[in-house]
Amino acid sequence: MIAVELFTAQNIGFAVISLLMIVAALRVVTTSNVVHAALWLVVVLSGAAAQYVLLAAEFVAVTQVLVYIGAVMVLFLFGTMLTRARIGTERDLNNSYRLLGIPVAGLLFAAMAIAIVSSFGDEELPGEPRLIGVPEISDQIFGPYLLPFWALSFVLLAAIIGAIVLARKD
Amino acid sequence: MMSLLAVEVPYWGQSLLRVLGGIVAVLLPAGTIVYVFLFKMMSFMQSRLGPMEAGPYGSLQLVAEVGKWLQKEDIIPQRADPRIFRMAPIVVLASTFLLVAVVPFGPDAWFTNFEVGIFYALAVSSLSVLGILMAGWASANKYSLLGGLRAAGQLIAYELPMVLAVIGVVIQAETMNLQKIVVAQNSGEIFGFSGLGNPYVLTQFVGFIIFMIAIQAELTQAPFDMPIAESELVSGYMTEYSGFRFLMFFIGEFATAGVFAMITSVLFLGGWGVPFAWFGWSDIDSVANWMNFVGPLIMFTKMMLIVFIIMWVRFSSPRFREDQLQRFAWKVLIPVSLGNIAITSIFKVVM
Repeated sequence: MIAVELFTAQNIGFAVISLLMIVAALRVVTTSNVVHAALWLVVVLSGAAAQYVLLAAEFVAVTQVLVYIGAVMVLFLFGTMLTRARIGTERDLNNSYRLLGIPVAGLLFAAMAIAIVSSFGDEELPGEPRLIGVPEISDQIFGPYLLPFWALSFVLLAAIIGAIVLARKD
Repeated sequence: MMSLLAVEVPYWGQSLLRVLGGIVAVLLPAGTIVYVFLFKMMSFMQSRLGPMEAGPYGSLQLVAEVGKWLQKEDIIPQRADPRIFRMAPIVVLASTFLLVAVVPFGPDAWFTNFEVGIFYALAVSSLSVLGILMAGWASANKYSLLGGLRAAGQLIAYELPMVLAVIGVVIQAETMNLQKIVVAQNSGEIFGFSGLGNPYVLTQFVGFIIFMIAIQAELTQAPFDMPIAESELVSGYMTEYSGFRFLMFFIGEFATAGVFAMITSVLFLGGWGVPFAWFGWSDIDSVANWMNFVGPLIMFTKMMLIVFIIMWVRFSSPRFREDQLQRFAWKVLIPVSLGNIAITSIFKVVM
């Protein structure tokens, strides 16, 4: 019974996309060129957008593309290309602490896995994913979640002012 | 369920039709724009005839040009990054094809009826920046890199007023779905007069002007062609490209102009529709089936009108300097478009 349930279209799509994301994520840290690493990161982030589409969260998926690929990664590439992006391999990209990353990543994974399992347990997702419209999302943001939304705006405002202060010449 | 001429089309048939339709909707406008505007209109504005030899009135010149590009040698510079270099034009062209996917051409003639359509269009249009940056960097050429960086800075600066101009339309139509925006315009009325519908070019005129300026910059057409300024950067990020890869950039440029013009006509000119009051239609379901065939033609006409304005400005204005260009976006367009949003929302609440 389980074997039949496992091979639904959603699961196969999830598996293909996550495999792609894992390979791309590994390439981000193993590749020896800064720009290649950034482009692999683009693959990871578009994979995340595809996962949101699979979960019927269209608005979040499009926001992911607009914010992360359209803005963050472009600024990322812009910054590296402006300063230190050489073509070909670079030897000094890895530093000596890189093995420390593996236990940290393992710990982070364990923490997230425990958090997800303990809060959802055996809860099952509804078979037919429900499409949540933009009006419902905005009702939530500007209703019960107004305070966190404002707090986030203040964080961004502080970041913008900080950038201006750092960039000023005088 | 889509039905054409009362024939029910199966799902795979619809998908096939939509893929073919998407290719036609990208390539046909691109070819027409290049011939009508780039070859002929620019020549007339400069008091010359333009191509006259190939075919009647030079109409087959485009075939000759494409043939010329296809037989050129595919050159990749020795110090370039070959993989990224090859990928870059594909990314640019792919963003155009992704863009056309949400444009509606008739009551049933759409590729996808995406609920957050216009938001999606704005998101995927920013993907072309990625391709341009890749092209500029992978060419291993300082001119290319400078062109790519200029393009990225410009596209980011002008994407913001574009998004903000669209928000006015979204507030007025109360939806992000492009199909519903078309219906809202054609079934709307201005002060009780429904003979014209409510094309948002009239009620969102400030937004329309900001959007037109922003797409002019997004398409890097003069006066915003700093990224490919030929007198200082050779050809910007396209400098090292030749043959087929250059052709892809070239198609991408004019196809994106066409698709952006289609989106403009959907947002501000009523898209594929005619004012519904003319034929006594009330909503999308009562629209006659023949609009599936007339709609694309109406759309094409409106697109040519918008592209005409874009090209007219392109052929007749001098280039902005880089700092003028950035200052104009951040100090003029963004404050004006924020004001437009505020006024639109006040009117929406009051009326």
